[in-house]
Amino acid sequence: MLLPVTDARAAAERVCREERAAVLASLLRRVRDFEAAEDALHDAFVQALATWPERGVPDRPGAWLLTTATNRATDAARRRTTHAAALADLSQRSRAPEGDPNEASDVEDDRLRLIFTCCHPALDLESRVALTLQAVGGLNAAEIARAMLVTEAAMAQRLVRVKRKIRDAGIPYEVPAPEARRERLDGVREVVYLIFNEGHQATTSDALHRVELAEEAIRLARLLRDLVPGDPECGGLLALLLVTDARRGGRLGPDGELVPLDEQDRARWDASRIRDGVAVLDEAMRLGRPGPYQIQAAISALHSQAPSWERTDWRQITALYDALLRHDASPVVELNRAVAVSMASGPEAGLALLARLAAVPSFAGYQPFHAARADLLRRAGRSADAAASYERAIELSRNGAERRFLARRRDAVRRSSDAAADPGATGS
Amino acid sequence: MKYALLIYVDEKKTAAMTEAESGALFAGYGRLEGELAQQRKKLAGEALQGVGAATSLQVRGGKRIVKDGPFAETKEQLGGFYLVECANLDEAIDWAAKIPNVANGTVEIRPVWDFEADAPKS
Repeated sequence: MLLPVTDARAAAERVCREERAAVLASLLRRVRDFEAAEDALHDAFVQALATWPERGVPDRPGAWLLTTATNRATDAARRRTTHAAALADLSQRSRAPEGDPNEASDVEDDRLRLIFTCCHPALDLESRVALTLQAVGGLNAAEIARAMLVTEAAMAQRLVRVKRKIRDAGIPYEVPAPEARRERLDGVREVVYLIFNEGHQATTSDALHRVELAEEAIRLARLLRDLVPGDPECGGLLALLLVTDARRGGRLGPDGELVPLDEQDRARWDASRIRDGVAVLDEAMRLGRPGPYQIQAAISALHSQAPSWERTDWRQITALYDALLRHDASPVVELNRAVAVSMASGPEAGLALLARLAAVPSFAGYQPFHAARADLLRRAGRSADAAASYERAIELSRNGAERRFLARRRDAVRRSSDAAADPGATGS
Repeated sequence: MKYALLIYVDEKKTAAMTEAESGALFAGYGRLEGELAQQRKKLAGEALQGVGAATSLQVRGGKRIVKDGPFAETKEQLGGFYLVECANLDEAIDWAAKIPNVANGTVEIRPVWDFEADAPKS
């Protein structure tokens, strides 16, 4: 059964795109140089697109691409290397692949190796994000550049630089030894979480493409959870992303403005994604080793399952923040806890906690602190103070939708503050 | 007495050298290597790869802080060096983490040029 040539070519292209990340991961184990591996893979794609449309896509396209690319890499090394030892070394590696390259476990091992390489702490954080999106996620430089709001030329240059550092510094393609593995996994999760937040914080009015990053992060988190099934924090990360992303439909108003959690239309949340996330979290928690991602996922899940802002289980959320503080005693966690306390025990209780946090140096310029304080002051009826805090939060915000939302609340408290200042009104 | 002779260069200037200039530089090192060998003065010496391949390590409170790039502070001074043979950067970081001063200073990890394996490409 022969397809029309254009369909056949489209099918071949699709297979190449789907197989790219997995084949690159396996190829790097043999070639150990990103630029050489990518060149060889490109050659293999060219050959595939020249032959597959006529002869049909092979049964195991990944294995075909890997063999072809490995041969191309060997040829290229022979052409450019004058040194016999280096060639012998490469030929030996190419001839002796460990096991069937198409075997599922091998492919998975290769992908995990590549993730650890891309997220190596000796690479700067933005490069880790970019390289993970490219090599593991399969995005191209133009797509990553759009998502990360930089020019394509700058992104291409960054990717070249990071691949050279991997080669020149001798960053290994290896899953770290067990004793170093937990710390390194933290680094991998940090990168995936950062990718998610880049996408999650994007708004339709600011940058449409960035929303795709949230989906990509979820795909990466799912891959990581599947590759490291014994680590509950990988499940915790996936659950956190799912239950948080499930609320995306309610976060933006008709004009692209940010709608705060307490005003969101909960019918617009993705109920099936919430169920999916909660199931992932339950499975992770059964391993009996709680950690910061599982706790954050549990907090986010309580929000996602609550019928309304007021009828959220704030006491349970406060207790979860207490647990989170034992893992991560950061002022940001304290800030979130203060908001939960204000919901469980009233705004004054929350403001008392915030008064202590006001001394944290980095909070002077930290937008969420001023936004949270403004909100608590508003709820406590201290309109003039609230307006001043909203003003400060607006100055610090870099997101258009967020600024519009804060300005709306500021204007509302100013109106009630003016009313209070009216000679006819009672003084405070 | 043993002495360490530490070589500081401006990488940008080195990269911008003409072929004649870099040829003269390499010839100069060739003569020096010959002289050092003849008089048995060289105990160890290597050319380092550029700062693009550098990684910096600190250990604070038992936790490793790994950073991309060279040591950039000016308030600490070079206090010594080790030349170690390692399979990869992870192993080099493991050894660097054992150096006592990594707990209050910084250890910069720079790969050494392997002129044989890194024969000019293309």
